[in-house]
Amino acid sequence: MKELIVISGKGGTGKTSLTAAFCHLAHELGQSCVCVDCDVDAADLHLILNPEVEHTHTFTSGHEAIIRQEDCTACGLCKEYCTFDAIIEGQDGTFRVDPYACEGCKVCVEFCPVQAIDFPSAECGIWNISDTRFGKMVHARLHIGAENSGKLVSLVRQQAREVAAQQGTELVIVDGPPGIGCPVIASITGADAVLIVTEPSVSGLHDFERVAQLCRHFNIPAYLCINKYDINPAQGESISALAEQHNIPTLARINHDHAFTAAQIERKTITEYLCTDTADSATSRIQALWEALHQRLNT
Amino acid sequence: MNTNDIKSNAPPFTLAIASGKGGTGKTTLATALAEAAGIPVTLRDCDVEEPNAHLFIRPQWHRHTEQTRPVPLIDQQRCTACGACVELCQFNAIAVARGLAMVFTELCHSCGGCRRICPEGAISDKEVPIGTLDCGTQRKNPAAPINFIQGKLAIGQVMAPPLIRATKNVAAEEALNILDCPPGTSCPMITAVRDSDFVLLVTEPTPFGLNDLELAVETVRQLLIPFAVVINRADSGDAGVRTYCHANNINIALEIPWKREIAEAYSRGDSLCDAAPELKAQLHTMLQQIMCREETA
Repeated sequence: MKELIVISGKGGTGKTSLTAAFCHLAHELGQSCVCVDCDVDAADLHLILNPEVEHTHTFTSGHEAIIRQEDCTACGLCKEYCTFDAIIEGQDGTFRVDPYACEGCKVCVEFCPVQAIDFPSAECGIWNISDTRFGKMVHARLHIGAENSGKLVSLVRQQAREVAAQQGTELVIVDGPPGIGCPVIASITGADAVLIVTEPSVSGLHDFERVAQLCRHFNIPAYLCINKYDINPAQGESISALAEQHNIPTLARINHDHAFTAAQIERKTITEYLCTDTADSATSRIQALWEALHQRLNT
Repeated sequence: MNTNDIKSNAPPFTLAIASGKGGTGKTTLATALAEAAGIPVTLRDCDVEEPNAHLFIRPQWHRHTEQTRPVPLIDQQRCTACGACVELCQFNAIAVARGLAMVFTELCHSCGGCRRICPEGAISDKEVPIGTLDCGTQRKNPAAPINFIQGKLAIGQVMAPPLIRATKNVAAEEALNILDCPPGTSCPMITAVRDSDFVLLVTEPTPFGLNDLELAVETVRQLLIPFAVVINRADSGDAGVRTYCHANNINIALEIPWKREIAEAYSRGDSLCDAAPELKAQLHTMLQQIMCREETA
């Protein structure tokens, strides 16, 4: 079983559209796959894959501090000790915990001189195993402002690998989060390959370099796809040249196409929406990209 | 100049530019607003994982500092391997094996609990790098310079929030603070928008844009921060975002059209105010309305 993660650094470059298209193409080619959404705080893949949820599970991780007002003596020690500015002193002199700032470190609970702080488990999100027209899907949703996005990402990947193992599935295709922090690191560590989707802009170049360094830091083979290429081909080639220095081959250049939006509105993958007509249509480019990726995953 | 114009001696005002979905145009809007304000502003790039505003502002840098956060340093001479720190740590960042306490720096949240609980006083703080803070100035309009502050997370670092807090905490005198925030609805986004006076949520009129806008709206509503929506690439896509905003009484403060010239200018790092000068007055008016609305609220 091989696991491919699609990331971008910069948001809005087309990760989800491409991931959905790969799931479609893999299915069409008889390569069984599990589709995974690891962008747990802004998940969109389900909008295209339209999953029928089979099992939903709550994701409980860590704890949250809650001050019992009736026992609190308002000594303020918790506020002094909290390094996350999560204790708020009200105008009436009461203290409470801001749940969006609390990281669940337990320091206030431990050191409260009158043990007035409870520390229940925190439900941080949900995760689902679903069925789609392209195969099984594992996806999740972190609650607003919840902690532990990295742990949820790791859980989702682990569940996807278990589903793949049970079903003897050949591929796990993962839609990753933007950025280079906690959830991204949790998404790519130990993967077989990463596809970086970028766009030919100064921001695209800047963000590409940072994800390329991240892939090298964790020693994961990476490939590049430049989307919206014709918006600035010269900039696209600068990114491609930089990629070469990082030993990252450029596998595709895809032109800007309003069909990506049109396909999304019809809840279709771009490869379902746009038939192959010319050699440089988005669909032909994505087919060629998928073929190249699939080949590299299996060598 | 009308009497409602933005005043440089107004009380400090923080405007956060955020979105659920990435790539909707946060940086484009934040940098364009900084240029359209017409008064001195502080622009803070809080998207520390992928800070891009500097590519459009092109400031003259004048200060560079390494940022650190504290992690435990264990004095092995004093440590008795009692395990009190291991038991307290909620992040599994300390383990005791063969009578020795070991620290896993990347798991540590810098809460300081282990240092406080150690009965032997064997734990002190060791500062480890998390990234950099850079400050600079853009003087394209000499009457309204942009004081620019940027946090940049080091590669391989897991935790963005401490650096986001540091980026927000750099002292500045300008009355208007504009924050370019990270995408999403989890800790980095919340750390950035928290305590702002107003949030502009940038979206695009597509199913993905709408889905992520709904999450972002829920987030800022829970944080009790007033907000409005800006629709970018407004003439592409479908009517879903507008229908949602109308149904939920959400103000659409501005619509920016999709134009190839804007996309091309963006790709080169040119500012929106230069690529589409007709938008500059609209941006200024929007800013005026947001700040006055707050003053009268």
